[in-house]
Amino acid sequence: MNRISRLAYLMAVYLFLYAPIFVLVAYSFNDSSYSMLWQGFTLRWYHSLIENIDLQVVAFHSLLVGVLAATGATSIGTLAAVSLYRYNFFGKKLLHALIFILIISPDIVIGISLLILFSTLKISLGFWSLLLSHITFCIPFVTVTVYSRLAGQDKNLFEAAKDLGATEGTIFRRILIPLLWPAIIAGWLLSFTLSLDDVIISFFVTGPEFDILPLKIFSMVRVGVKPEVNALCSVLFGLTLALVLAYQYCTWKKRS
Amino acid sequence: MTQDKLFRTFSTTIVWFWLSVFALVPSFLLFMTSLLVHGDSELVRLQFTVDNYLQLFNANYLRVFLRSFLLAGACTVGCLLLAYPFSYLIARSADRYKGILLLLVVIPFWTSSLIRSYAIVAILKTHGILNTFLLWVGIIDTPIQMLYTDTATLIGLIYTLLPLMILPLYASIEKLDTRLIDAACDLGANKIQVLLKILLPLTLPGILSGCVLVFLPAMTIFYIPDLLGGAKTLLIGNIIQSQFLAARNWPMGATISVALTLLMSMMLFIYWRCYKHKKEPMYESY
Repeated sequence: MNRISRLAYLMAVYLFLYAPIFVLVAYSFNDSSYSMLWQGFTLRWYHSLIENIDLQVVAFHSLLVGVLAATGATSIGTLAAVSLYRYNFFGKKLLHALIFILIISPDIVIGISLLILFSTLKISLGFWSLLLSHITFCIPFVTVTVYSRLAGQDKNLFEAAKDLGATEGTIFRRILIPLLWPAIIAGWLLSFTLSLDDVIISFFVTGPEFDILPLKIFSMVRVGVKPEVNALCSVLFGLTLALVLAYQYCTWKKRS
Repeated sequence: MTQDKLFRTFSTTIVWFWLSVFALVPSFLLFMTSLLVHGDSELVRLQFTVDNYLQLFNANYLRVFLRSFLLAGACTVGCLLLAYPFSYLIARSADRYKGILLLLVVIPFWTSSLIRSYAIVAILKTHGILNTFLLWVGIIDTPIQMLYTDTATLIGLIYTLLPLMILPLYASIEKLDTRLIDAACDLGANKIQVLLKILLPLTLPGILSGCVLVFLPAMTIFYIPDLLGGAKTLLIGNIIQSQFLAARNWPMGATISVALTLLMSMMLFIYWRCYKHKKEPMYESY
């Protein structure tokens, strides 16, 4: 392949990946309800988003669950990564396998397993069931992110701290947390995005009184293409973009 | 020393407790549910049976499994063919461009796949961008039906899952020692030989990870056929969803999920057999 055809191939795949998103964003500014033809620039659809109280509540739900789930998953996921890296304990191999399986399991299987759990425990579907589920499916991603940073650290550091009399708790607080900080933030951002984007698991584990954005969008999209949905999706895309860039910034050091 | 033990017990217990309650127990419950009977008034009746598993061999289910397989298989092959040269080109590009090129793959990977499928709807619908464009250029006289076909579902699946193929492929191509290719060329190998004897065998782990990461979701992302294929295309995911929410037949839905999990385990087993000697986890690309 010569240079030009290589470049053309790269561009074609990037075009395939991005064109639909750009079209979506462009049409959220189109001043027409039905036509796909360009009728002029407008912010009308964004205004109607802002005025939609119902949507504000749903967006608040999503952000609330996202922040709490990311925080919970980051705490547990970090502990999991540190335990797996530093300690030998009962069922360590099983835990490794479990985390791997959780990452690769189809969402739908996780979703219905949790649905069966909640109905067995008689936990009603809503905020709590959603939060617990989101924390669970985010944990492995945090663990992997933090573990991969831990794996690059010098083990002697912990030995030295121990020799100087540090307890495990001190090592965790004074050495591990500062060392792992970028990975912990990266894990949080990743969890937040996963929580904000999840459709399949949430579909099964939330009730009608606690609607979240992806499910709301899903029900709106089923009815058809509407400019308000374009605007809403564009806003979410912008948010994701910001989160990716923040994530990249946090993991940058590791690579260079 | 006791404080050390306390901390260690504290962290391992929390992790174990959480994952047992929310991952192990649910899987067990899922399996138990698949062995129960669907009741008329209640969701499940406490009566053991393997009937649900026999039901799987019913022609209707087999047809869905087969269809789902073919569609997911086509999607996997499509992604692989599209992604391999692409990942190769990124891995071989100059270092200063690599970061940005990779970032451009990661962004769609992070973006909600629901939003991305919706974007495809806007492009493919009868009065959508593509038809409007083709009419305007004059290639067609009347809009053609693109949405609500199997092709639309396939395009949607490839579009959504492509980054999942690119990232592991990139990771393994990037690690490849280019001197091996030079050596092969010096010794007179042609391009096809280099591809078959060097590139493909050495990047096999990446190829397999990518295929597993694409194939499994491709059978289960129920909202993509829902949005793009109309009700005509049924994936395993659509069937599980309808068993749980429309037919309210939880035991049957659970049975199909267990079957799906078994299938996944088989794929992982094959993966591990091929991967055995290399100690890198497949999820490293995350």
